[in-house]
Amino acid sequence: MSELPGDLEYTAEHEWLRKEDDGSVTIGITDHAQSALGDLVYVELPEVGQEVEAGGEMAVVESVKAASDVYAPISGEILAVNEELADDPEKINADPYGDGWIVRMQPSGDDGDTMDSFAYQALLDELEE
Amino acid sequence: MGKRTPLYQSHVDAGAKIVDFGGWDMPLHYGSQLEEHHVVRQHAGAFDVSHMTVVDVTGDEAADFLQKLLANDVGKLKDEGKALYSCMLNNDGGVIDDLITYYLDPDRFRVVVNAATRDKDLAWINGEVASFDAEIDECSDLAMIAVQGPKAREIAATLIDDEWREAALALKPFYGLEAGDLFIARTGYTGEDGWEIMLPAAMAASFWQRCIDAGISPCGLGARDTLRLEAGMSLYGSDMDESISPLEAGLGWTIAWDPESRDFTGRGPLTEMRANKSRRKFAGLLLEGKGVLRDHMRVVVDGLPDGEITSGGFSPTLQRSIAMARLPAGNYDRAKVDVRGRLLDVRVVKMPFVRNGKSQI
Repeated sequence: MSELPGDLEYTAEHEWLRKEDDGSVTIGITDHAQSALGDLVYVELPEVGQEVEAGGEMAVVESVKAASDVYAPISGEILAVNEELADDPEKINADPYGDGWIVRMQPSGDDGDTMDSFAYQALLDELEE
Repeated sequence: MGKRTPLYQSHVDAGAKIVDFGGWDMPLHYGSQLEEHHVVRQHAGAFDVSHMTVVDVTGDEAADFLQKLLANDVGKLKDEGKALYSCMLNNDGGVIDDLITYYLDPDRFRVVVNAATRDKDLAWINGEVASFDAEIDECSDLAMIAVQGPKAREIAATLIDDEWREAALALKPFYGLEAGDLFIARTGYTGEDGWEIMLPAAMAASFWQRCIDAGISPCGLGARDTLRLEAGMSLYGSDMDESISPLEAGLGWTIAWDPESRDFTGRGPLTEMRANKSRRKFAGLLLEGKGVLRDHMRVVVDGLPDGEITSGGFSPTLQRSIAMARLPAGNYDRAKVDVRGRLLDVRVVKMPFVRNGKSQI
């Protein structure tokens, strides 16, 4: 298992969040999540401008194996979605923390329930056992 | 820990993701299921199918026994090595398993059944054989490797002893050959040309490695499933089971109705079902837009009872979602599928979706 990027926040649902300089937050799924799902074949993205609630369904990623909901880790407005995933969902497999980002959001205030890379690594270690 | 094939360590060493399949620890993929799918359509892939159960049926009444046991008729097998695909039915006409029978000699047949159904299959076969002069021997020391794809035979032939190579390459589709320690059959479960090779367990790991060294890519059960779905080939337990007759599983073509005097198990109930014009049909579905059809999704046809997807997924060759479904009787070529709460348009099509690397749609 590759090392987790230290500059990201993580959720127990295997999403990652990166706080951008302009106050927005970029969100994707972790390497662990993409590996567990297998090759992705379809991603259903939210609309730009849509308001989402922390914990609500935000996107769906479908792999060769199964469909899986992606929950909004924070509340806020969708500023941008990664349109390239429509034609190339495998970007999430190839580069989950980079080209495979899913949405960028403007947080509406309170942060959701996130953890740092050490806490997330500990969670993964527990799952391995 | 599940049961392990002689190739288990080879899979682990190659970085395979191992999953449980009918009690066996089997490779799902070796990195990318999609790449493994494409390599079989375009070049050559190797599958470990050693978990499948090989049973030899021998004796003076071996053929008589199989003519009773199977819905297809081994009496059609006139040439040595010829293979026959058939369902094995229960007394109600439901499918206990689907299998391939190879005709070796007039009193010797080789039957290959599924892994997950091994125990019930052997119990049924051993129960049915009692009144026949025939013997049932499970070949548990055999491994099986399927090499599939347009280049598979050509490459694998270089690994066959000189003595047998020419005969192996001359095999017609759906024929097998006893080649020394190997049994080579031009069969498969992918819709591509290729061989299924049975060999002693002790030889399996080295033969597997030689396949890979020769340029055949290792492929897991994940790709095997998407390949067989594109090829329109049924999967026992998903597309049919003991509550479903071959007539409602798209397998009517495997029932040998003639001669009428052949009293195979399940014939009575099957004959009644055959006359029932409202029995469900089995067809392919092609999703018009984006999304993925999955097993058990509900199929909605205007004015008719609901149908159900029995196998669904994403077709890497067609780059869209396809499925097999059990559907209400009737003539229609459009339907809708309930995909996670939304009714999406599908076309009802004849299978296969893909054959020999090419779209049939």
